[in-house]
Amino acid sequence: MTAGCDNFAHAVRKSFLAALWFVFLTFPIMVIRVNTIEKTVVWNWHRIGYVALAVFFGSFVWRWLLARKELKKDDSRNESRVESLLTKLQSHPVMKYAALGLLALAAIAYPQVFDLYQTNIMISCLVYIVLGLGLNIVVGLAGLLDLGYVAFYAVGAYAYALCNMHWDIGFWYMLPIGAVLGAVLGILLGFPVLRLRGDYLAIVTLGFGEIIRLVLENWGDVTMGPSGISSIARPGLFGIKLGVVGSTQYMYYIMFGVLVLTIFCVNRLQNSRIGRAWLALREDEIACQAMGIDKMKTKLMAFALGATWAGMAGVVFAAKTTFINPASFTFWESAIILSIVVIGGMGSIRGVIAGAIILILVPEYLREFAQFRMLLFGAIMVLVMVFRPQGLISAKRKVYEYKVAATGAAND
Amino acid sequence: MEYFLELFMGGLTRGSIYALIALGYTMVYGIIELINFAHGEIYMIGAFTGLIVAGLLTMLGFPGPAILVIAIVCAIIWAAAYGFTIEKMAYKPLRNAPRLSPLISAIGMSIFLQNYVMLAQTSDFLPFPELIPHFAFIDNMGSILSSAELVIILATVASCVGLTLFIKFTKLGKAMRATAQNRKMAMLVGVNVDMVISATFIIGSSLAAVGGVLIASHIGQINYYIGFIAGIKAFTAAVLGGIGSLPGAMLGGLVLGLTEAFATGYVSSDYEDVFAFLLLVLILIFRPSGIMGREKTQKV
Repeated sequence: MTAGCDNFAHAVRKSFLAALWFVFLTFPIMVIRVNTIEKTVVWNWHRIGYVALAVFFGSFVWRWLLARKELKKDDSRNESRVESLLTKLQSHPVMKYAALGLLALAAIAYPQVFDLYQTNIMISCLVYIVLGLGLNIVVGLAGLLDLGYVAFYAVGAYAYALCNMHWDIGFWYMLPIGAVLGAVLGILLGFPVLRLRGDYLAIVTLGFGEIIRLVLENWGDVTMGPSGISSIARPGLFGIKLGVVGSTQYMYYIMFGVLVLTIFCVNRLQNSRIGRAWLALREDEIACQAMGIDKMKTKLMAFALGATWAGMAGVVFAAKTTFINPASFTFWESAIILSIVVIGGMGSIRGVIAGAIILILVPEYLREFAQFRMLLFGAIMVLVMVFRPQGLISAKRKVYEYKVAATGAAND
Repeated sequence: MEYFLELFMGGLTRGSIYALIALGYTMVYGIIELINFAHGEIYMIGAFTGLIVAGLLTMLGFPGPAILVIAIVCAIIWAAAYGFTIEKMAYKPLRNAPRLSPLISAIGMSIFLQNYVMLAQTSDFLPFPELIPHFAFIDNMGSILSSAELVIILATVASCVGLTLFIKFTKLGKAMRATAQNRKMAMLVGVNVDMVISATFIIGSSLAAVGGVLIASHIGQINYYIGFIAGIKAFTAAVLGGIGSLPGAMLGGLVLGLTEAFATGYVSSDYEDVFAFLLLVLILIFRPSGIMGREKTQKV
């Protein structure tokens, strides 16, 4: 594979062959569209040209990336430029607090500067960051691939919607209740699947997520079925009635507060005893058990704490949109949250934030490409796994370095 | 009694399709220990290729059975090509990566393929022509077992028998078994492991494509989403039988198909998919090695 770079003609030939192969591969589905009822056929010949061109040039990039990956294999310090900048920034206490302060100021000023639409997008981005950070505990830290994460989100949202509809319970009571409900459900799911891991765990959680969604869809008497629940109350501000703009801004600040709380908690958790146990669990389950870590407790904690944030985010989501239905809680939602964690960088808080910003905000502004959103998500997930498995911003553990004259030896 | 028989035959039909798709899962898992999440999508692509070919041929005025054969052959060719390419692009570079990586890559591939078909074709349900001609056998059996169901069951049985013979008696089959037992050792004794893995993907994809065309023609409509549910159910079937074991996949498919048919027939049809998922969760919790699987000791 590395040979492609030093021999240009060879690379061109290979790329040409790849383009031909993909033209053949995509031919029926891209070009021909039949309608068997009206007996019509539509031929989209121009598409095949796009495919050929894209594959021809894409193949060069693919080869180049593979070659680069081969070269970097023995280089243990393969940081991206952004990362090294971030690291530098963080090692400077003054710079660090200045940057954080600026960020906080910008966040507070945001809804005052930008209009309602922008604020709304930002709220959903914040919701996704919180969801991503929650899933990051389960997937990134503990290494338990959870594909049914959206179920906890759904439970939070439905809990608020139903309690609000039947008993008129307010947002501020439901926020902690949603969190607790998420945690309880996380433990309930965690108990039976304690023995499973990896692929099996992924499938069981996927099944669990789908069961919850199907129940929400079919249990019409309680959940109103596919039509969903509408006119959910927005949170009140000490009894003051807010207009649309006011309540959106208020929602933004609430969500921002939740996010800060989340980042604080996740950060503390990461460096705590249990966080270390999760990392150990992720690296090697059996060795971790041998070290005397209670595997059961650790796994349950990961599920419960991950689900807590999903429950909370669900409550906020229901309050923000004032309307929920089962269509918001499909497997795709889980997949989006997972790709935020994976693409951003598993186990890294900054990575998850970057991932959410890229995956949620960028498609919003590139409206024309909105229909290609999931296509790109899928492709990026594959590409990231192949070329940069640690994500955009890789997680860093604290490393204590001991320098002996010229050659430095690093210990974890 | 007639209702029972009808459900039984319906379950058998469903089950054989699940078994056909499950064979692909189980073969891939047996060899590289990866759940090929994109397998359901290959089934879907097979069905779409079948639809396109069948649509073109009906307009050209071909006779029914000929269309069925040509559609299945084309579906096999393209599905196999997709399976081969997916393995080369998304799984091969990750052979030595941590276990979570190929799994996430597989999920990404599955999302990509679904959206690719949705954008290139449509997101609507497309009508699929009825390719399997009606023929009457015993008079009152007709309402219990249609000719389409009979064809599906027979095709599945034929595929299963063919595959078993292939694995048992051919050189490639032997190489596959060797690779499944111990990849490194197989490599040492001269098995071309890359080739074996590619062959596994090609065979699995072909079986899924056969299933795709047959079930699409039986149900009469397809859309880009059919691979997701079918994939999960086929995976359930594979796990039910014991993942990695071929007879297990067939048995698991039948058990799942019958369970679903009876549960929807006698309990409630609203929760059709819930039964499959519940069965999956229960199996994984209580007997993760499946009906015919062996307990595997874990290596550190």
